[in-house]
Amino acid sequence: MSAKQNILGKLRHSLTGTTPVPDNFDEALVTQIYTYPPEQRIAQLRKLMEAVHTEIHLTRGAEWPALLAQLLQKRELPSLLIAPTTEHGRRITEHWSNHPQLPQLKAYDRPVEEWKAELFNDTPASLTTTLGAIAATGSLILWPTREEPRLMSLVPPVHFALLKASEIYDNFYQVQQQFAWAQGMPTNALLVSGPSKTADIEQVLAYGAHGPKDLVVLILEDQ
Amino acid sequence: MNAALIPTVEVSEDFRTRAHQALGDAQLRNNFRNAMDSLMSKRAASFSDAHEREHLRALGNAVRARALSKLPDLLEQLEANLTRNGVTVHWAETVEEANAIVLSIIRRREATQVIKGKSMVSEEMEMNHVLAAQGIECLESDMGEFIVQLDHEKPSHIIMPAIHKNASQVASLFHEKLGVEYTKDVDQLIQIGRRVLREKFFEADIGVSGVNFAVAETGTLLLVENEGNGRMSTTVPPVHIAVTGIEKVVENLRDVVPLLSLLTRSALGQPITTYVNMISGPRKADELDGPEEVHLVLLDNGRSQAFADSELRQTLNCIRCGACMNHCPVYTRIGGHTYGEVYPGPIGKIITPHMVGLAKVPDHPSASSLCGACGEVCPVKIPIPALLRRLREENVKAPDSPHPVMRGQGSKYSRQERFIWNAWAKLHSSPTLYRLFTFAATRLRALVPNNVGPWTQNHSAPKPAARSLHDLAREHLAKQGAR
Repeated sequence: MSAKQNILGKLRHSLTGTTPVPDNFDEALVTQIYTYPPEQRIAQLRKLMEAVHTEIHLTRGAEWPALLAQLLQKRELPSLLIAPTTEHGRRITEHWSNHPQLPQLKAYDRPVEEWKAELFNDTPASLTTTLGAIAATGSLILWPTREEPRLMSLVPPVHFALLKASEIYDNFYQVQQQFAWAQGMPTNALLVSGPSKTADIEQVLAYGAHGPKDLVVLILEDQ
Repeated sequence: MNAALIPTVEVSEDFRTRAHQALGDAQLRNNFRNAMDSLMSKRAASFSDAHEREHLRALGNAVRARALSKLPDLLEQLEANLTRNGVTVHWAETVEEANAIVLSIIRRREATQVIKGKSMVSEEMEMNHVLAAQGIECLESDMGEFIVQLDHEKPSHIIMPAIHKNASQVASLFHEKLGVEYTKDVDQLIQIGRRVLREKFFEADIGVSGVNFAVAETGTLLLVENEGNGRMSTTVPPVHIAVTGIEKVVENLRDVVPLLSLLTRSALGQPITTYVNMISGPRKADELDGPEEVHLVLLDNGRSQAFADSELRQTLNCIRCGACMNHCPVYTRIGGHTYGEVYPGPIGKIITPHMVGLAKVPDHPSASSLCGACGEVCPVKIPIPALLRRLREENVKAPDSPHPVMRGQGSKYSRQERFIWNAWAKLHSSPTLYRLFTFAATRLRALVPNNVGPWTQNHSAPKPAARSLHDLAREHLAKQGAR
């Protein structure tokens, strides 16, 4: 008998003669008090994300590359990691080509094994998009893809994230239902609710534990 | 850091001796008191709406009860979906089997360095120790776990592993073990940890993690964390091995919505953790990063024993938030190490006997004042005080009683104690005997010794009253009748 057969056999034996507990999931409990008027969603998201040291800027579709460039220069960041084949990656490349003095652009365009040391030691910042955000918990939704891989939002110490205002949803339940997550999940899906933090020493909150030390969100108000 | 240099300290002596030592350690008591007070107030603040809290707890309980009521089917569904997604699923009845599975993956990959996110199941397996014995470095990457591993200790809290230490103690430890300049500044200490561990994430051949919820419907492993070490451990190394208990499965993806909210608010008072990491498979052929292999090890280790009894089965509702220990007056005073096992506090007292046998932890069920705080705060409504009483019963059952429910039961059985209770029962069920007894007890009250074993260590000796309550009541009623 294999371990699997033994375990399942014991569990099945213990359930003999019982009926499964019915599914009476009351969705109102996880949605009702977590529903917001559209005009309050940005404020709600900001309140929660800023409470955990996220930097948030309101901008517009036409202006964000310039704002990003300005933020990079203010922080004196020498380079920015981008996903070159994405729409926002192309916008950056275009803006940068018209402004030659800007920090260097790095493209995540090859398997991590080919440039792991550079990613860890010499990549101070990155830009990714988001699939949206959740107002109830102050969370960005990230579904890394081939074009915009997982480590982009994790290894560089500063993470810039683009968020369309129209894609701020009320709560996690709504997001799962609206986009039928149960029908198919990507290899890795993430909710990110601030820069990395820890309170493991004496309950004192410290930012920049293992992931990004800074999370900067650019909200595109007109999109 | 050499793997051979990281053995863990074995806690010797028995529970009572350790409890006495801990109670005498003012620094330890102070560290725990401060931490638990702060965790309790954070939790209370995050559940400001009592109505919502109670409904959410009921939903959390229902979700867990439903999952357990179809556990074998859900485990098979989970395995099928994970396999379809490219994850290899392994089953282990014992910690030895689980370690053998992990070791065989390590050997096949010819790996020498393992980096670990936080995983209580890997603590059950004593994975660090087992791998170190094979010459494989297994390093903890959660800041708290890293600190206790560096000091050759074990975690004293399931969420806050190094809560028994204050910043000065961590400062001395880092100075001594890592050769860095002494600093008590928490930000600087965390940056030191970050620097050391980044190098390890970079080098590691294998990443190990636990699982908070395994979703059967989609074949998804969900991990919550604040630091990013969980994401690092599961994304950077070429192989990710997740280890988890067989009870961690939930039926649907939507089921994690209430559980996630209950977990982070009960544990830390946060609406959500910084990262909620949902892993559904290894790197796809065209993806640029992520592990090439993902494994899930499903461990029984006594859980199926708890499962076999419908009352004890509720133990497996647990989502490992630690709220029961934060609110436990006993845990707060004696600290996590006193329990001597992986899971301390109220949840430890009800789950550990299934893992190691009641005989190994005979004092666990009785190390409680039954104040009920743990049951009141449990986000999935495990009736912990009732389960403690149940374990006390199992603990004193005669060794030859039929239908044993758990390993090591009856370890506190005493013929003398059983005889006394039987006599007590007879005395109280026969009016003649009872009258005779109270007559004798009131007349002979002067004969009660001043030293009555453990009772008189902390209390004055119990002296029977000069007259019994029956006697006084009779007199009172007679007077009223006469009036």
